[in-house]
Amino acid sequence: MSPRMAKALINGLLIGGAVIALFPLLWMLSVSFMQPGEASSLPPPLLPAHATLGNYRELFVHAGMGTYLLNSLLVSTGITVLSLTFNLMAGYAFAKLHFAGRERLFQGLIGALVIPAQVAMLPLFLLLKYIGLVDSYAGVIVPGMATVFGIFLVRQYARGIPDELMEAARIDGAGEWRIFLQIVMPLLKPIMVTLAIFSFLAAWNDFMWPLIVLTGQEHYTLPIGLASLAREHSQDSELMMAGSVVTVLPVLVLFLAMQRYYLEGLLLGSVKG
Amino acid sequence: MNRQRVAWLFLAPALIVLGLFFLLPVIVALALSLTDYDIYALANIHNLRFVALSNYWLLLQRPLFWSALGHTVYFVAIGVPLSMGTSLGAAMLLNSPLAKMKPFFRTALFAPVVTTVVAMAVIWRYLFNTKYGMANYVLGHFGVHPVDWLGDPHWAMPTIILFAVWKNFGYNMIIFLAGLQAIPIDLYEAARIDGASAWQQFRHITLPMLGPTLLMVSILTVSGYFQLFAEPYVMTEGGPLQSTTSVLYLMYEEGFKWWNLGSASAVAFLLFVIMFAVTALMLRLSKRGEGADA
Repeated sequence: MSPRMAKALINGLLIGGAVIALFPLLWMLSVSFMQPGEASSLPPPLLPAHATLGNYRELFVHAGMGTYLLNSLLVSTGITVLSLTFNLMAGYAFAKLHFAGRERLFQGLIGALVIPAQVAMLPLFLLLKYIGLVDSYAGVIVPGMATVFGIFLVRQYARGIPDELMEAARIDGAGEWRIFLQIVMPLLKPIMVTLAIFSFLAAWNDFMWPLIVLTGQEHYTLPIGLASLAREHSQDSELMMAGSVVTVLPVLVLFLAMQRYYLEGLLLGSVKG
Repeated sequence: MNRQRVAWLFLAPALIVLGLFFLLPVIVALALSLTDYDIYALANIHNLRFVALSNYWLLLQRPLFWSALGHTVYFVAIGVPLSMGTSLGAAMLLNSPLAKMKPFFRTALFAPVVTTVVAMAVIWRYLFNTKYGMANYVLGHFGVHPVDWLGDPHWAMPTIILFAVWKNFGYNMIIFLAGLQAIPIDLYEAARIDGASAWQQFRHITLPMLGPTLLMVSILTVSGYFQLFAEPYVMTEGGPLQSTTSVLYLMYEEGFKWWNLGSASAVAFLLFVIMFAVTALMLRLSKRGEGADA
């Protein structure tokens, strides 16, 4: 094959791939502006004849989408802030503080990764029912407040901090909390950003656990609300596309803005430690 | 010295969360799977009885469990190779020195990964609608008769596999891309001078150099694909004719629709055991493969 043909082939394939990857997203956006019923015609229209915001109005005024959006924001932010705090502390301890059984405990945590999270879900539901957290924001947040993946990521990163920094501060009489807050945390900033984006996206997109623990509509997050709408309004494609836009747009924008950190974290997390 | 105590204070919040909300429930799940915990026990715990392995025994005799396992294995066996092949292909295209606008293509191909499964599944339901869907419309131009993608028991699972590949391939693509970039270019230069074809270079340089990455990625992808749930929940509700009921879908229905928590826990544990066995087998086979190569 001549280099010119190879070049055309490779770039042609990339263009084709990008079209397949993006088409459903662009189609969703376009249909969300169509009049009710417009998308159910042949040939399938690509662009709205008369663009309207009616579907969005319908979603927010009648379908409770505003509540779902706020719920999602609240739950995802809660999980992000709490898990970031706890994972940072634990990851730092595993990387830099000395205590008996450190390596063995860490190996144990990594070993626990082979257990699928769903195994815990049935008893977890009973436990939360017992302490009264079923159908509440806390019920969604509480199990996500720490993750082995997050601890692992922080530990990998924190191991690069030179011990001399902490030792010098200890000799100067600084307490362990002050060392953590004033010396370690600033150095961990890049991994904090990465982990925050990861946690937020994962919490936002999570489906099975919120579906189980949220039994009433008033606490539904967007994916649960959308799934329930999709079962009721399966014929209203325009409305459902608007709902999908509301669900996906926030995370897509967040990803585009912070892409570098996200992809870095993905690679860090996939390196076997 | 209170250094030890400080360390444990730093660890405490995360360990308490993981212990209380993960480890403890896993142990309880094992215990639960040995009981007949159902809606009567949910109302009054005195109705709970120890039934030893009878949940497992009954499950192994239920055709629905075997068909759910079959559908899940089908999804894994076809979905994982297809997904990884697409990821590797896309990564090789992005890694080619001839490719243009790489950052744009990388972002575009990765975009489906960060989206919400439920929202995308809703979109696919319309794109694969029998009557008005874009898929049938485009295929119609090539003389293909309309396919009832999600309504035909033979097509529903392939459609879900296609969806999963589209949604997930970008993730492994990024990992493969990093692996490809770490392969020294000299190796390819030397092979080309020796007259190796593109296929030979792929077979004898790219694949062996990616070896460890391929193994890790395949294990992670297999465990991920075994956990199929949201896609059938939104796209087909496990149907038609239960042709897309996965093991986790069965667990969900058993546990949270019929409130048979004992039997549902047994389903969860069986899934865990199967996943563990498959992963162990993959590790073992790859070790033997290495031995044969050497």
